[in-house]
Amino acid sequence: MNKRMFDVVIIGGGPAGMAAATSACENGAEKVLIIERDRELGGILQQCIHNGFGLHRFQQELTGPGYARRYIMMVNEHPQIEVMLDTMVLEVKDDKTIWAVTPKQGIVEIQAKAVVFAMGCRERTRGAIRIPGQRPAGVFTAGAAQRMVNMEGYLPGKKIVILGSGDIGLIMARRLTLEGAKVQAVLEIMPYSNGLTRNIVQCLEDYNIPLHLSHTVVAIHGKERVTGITCAKVDETLTPIPGTEFDIECDCLLLSVGLIPENELSESVGVRLDKKTSGPIVDQRRQTLMPGFFAAGNVVHVHDLVDFVSEEGEIAGKYAAVYAQKKAEKVERTIHIMGENGIRTVVPQQIVVEDDSYENVRLFMRVGKPENRVTVEVSSNDQVLASRKLSVAKPGEMIVMEIPAQAVAEAGRYIVVTLKREVKA
Amino acid sequence: MTVSTRRVSCIVCPMSCMGEVAMENGQVTNVAGFTCKRGIDYARTEVTAPKRMLTTTVRVSGGELPLLPVASKAALPKNKIIACARCLANVSVKAPIKEGDIICSDILGLGVDIIATRDLAAADN
Repeated sequence: MNKRMFDVVIIGGGPAGMAAATSACENGAEKVLIIERDRELGGILQQCIHNGFGLHRFQQELTGPGYARRYIMMVNEHPQIEVMLDTMVLEVKDDKTIWAVTPKQGIVEIQAKAVVFAMGCRERTRGAIRIPGQRPAGVFTAGAAQRMVNMEGYLPGKKIVILGSGDIGLIMARRLTLEGAKVQAVLEIMPYSNGLTRNIVQCLEDYNIPLHLSHTVVAIHGKERVTGITCAKVDETLTPIPGTEFDIECDCLLLSVGLIPENELSESVGVRLDKKTSGPIVDQRRQTLMPGFFAAGNVVHVHDLVDFVSEEGEIAGKYAAVYAQKKAEKVERTIHIMGENGIRTVVPQQIVVEDDSYENVRLFMRVGKPENRVTVEVSSNDQVLASRKLSVAKPGEMIVMEIPAQAVAEAGRYIVVTLKREVKA
Repeated sequence: MTVSTRRVSCIVCPMSCMGEVAMENGQVTNVAGFTCKRGIDYARTEVTAPKRMLTTTVRVSGGELPLLPVASKAALPKNKIIACARCLANVSVKAPIKEGDIICSDILGLGVDIIATRDLAAADN
């Protein structure tokens, strides 16, 4: 068996992987490989048939498949890129050997100079939220149901309850209604929805689907098939309040209860993860703490806009190509970035400065809970490097800020991002 | 004379601006609180003749996938969305299909075409 050699190998052919591949070529990589486990490129975009993608990138509202196609065409325009479809990566080793399996070639051994992790994320399941009760058929994650309805031609049920009001749950409420199912209710354990307001309006209000905030499922009924659920109101500690239970009849329960970056491969190589994002700790080049291993997209942190996933893919692809062609080691200085006081996550988690050359760095952040009238302040050694006022900050909407190159140069070993709240008079 | 105001949350982009439309005898007299012109236009139509884009799927025969995603080329009257979805549930097309192909022209006489939103190759065998 021949070992195949590449400059940059990208694991995952979704939006992050495709952008990383084209960007790697544009930055000098001569042999680039995308490994994708599905039958085509595009990743999750292919099942997201609703519109609203690409407003930043393409200045128009595309559907998921439309956005994917634009990138697939870009990938096809680069002869340096090879794509292996229907291929599953089994193992990645720290010397950047990759073992993969495909129905056509069997087991394949690949050697990369640089690796980009672009595996995306996975949905949390019933096990992750521990709903008691029987295990009847009819309980699905919202994304699995989306694939069934939009690509495979099956309806997961006729009377549906959706737990979780993130965007996927909301989009599925509308989608199932259009396909003739009755969506009985959407339940949300938090006192607010993590979905975009536009989705609450056009997916729920348009179809008179009730949204119960501060409610969760406490029991699933049915032996062979779901026949209904019991839900209850929860208190501030998210504990169900006795006496508030009521039943909803349904033959299907969809779970839209969060996404987790898919990092089995990265972890098995030894890449260190950030406990808050559940993705690898990366620097501004999207290099993980292991040299030559990069990461981009939902594998790093769950995004809400695909446009930012593409942007991150481009960054990772570029620096993976640079790493693959690297000639001499450079002098490095590391600046650590920390979120505090309401800022839950910040990506990148560090900035690596090579040979005293500085560039603008964009920070992608999320708050822990909804807040009004706050200022996001980026500082180092008590000196403010950048600040931005926000009238509303929601956990579901990523905050993007740019630190100018000059400010990065002035930063010490640590950069701290905090929320300053307006003091009421 | 009837004077009223209605709060409208904009669905044009993820900013989801919340604004207010003032009406007098069914005529819009003032729109406030939106940060762009598209938002103002949206609010104006939302209180007079609300419209929505439709995205759904149609059946495919002889294709690499059994379903083709489709979208309305322009927004449709909100109260016709379900009727349009029902109409498309009975449409079936033959692969291969190119993105942008018209799948159903002038749906329900509303003057809007339904187009394919991806390429779909014919099945291999």
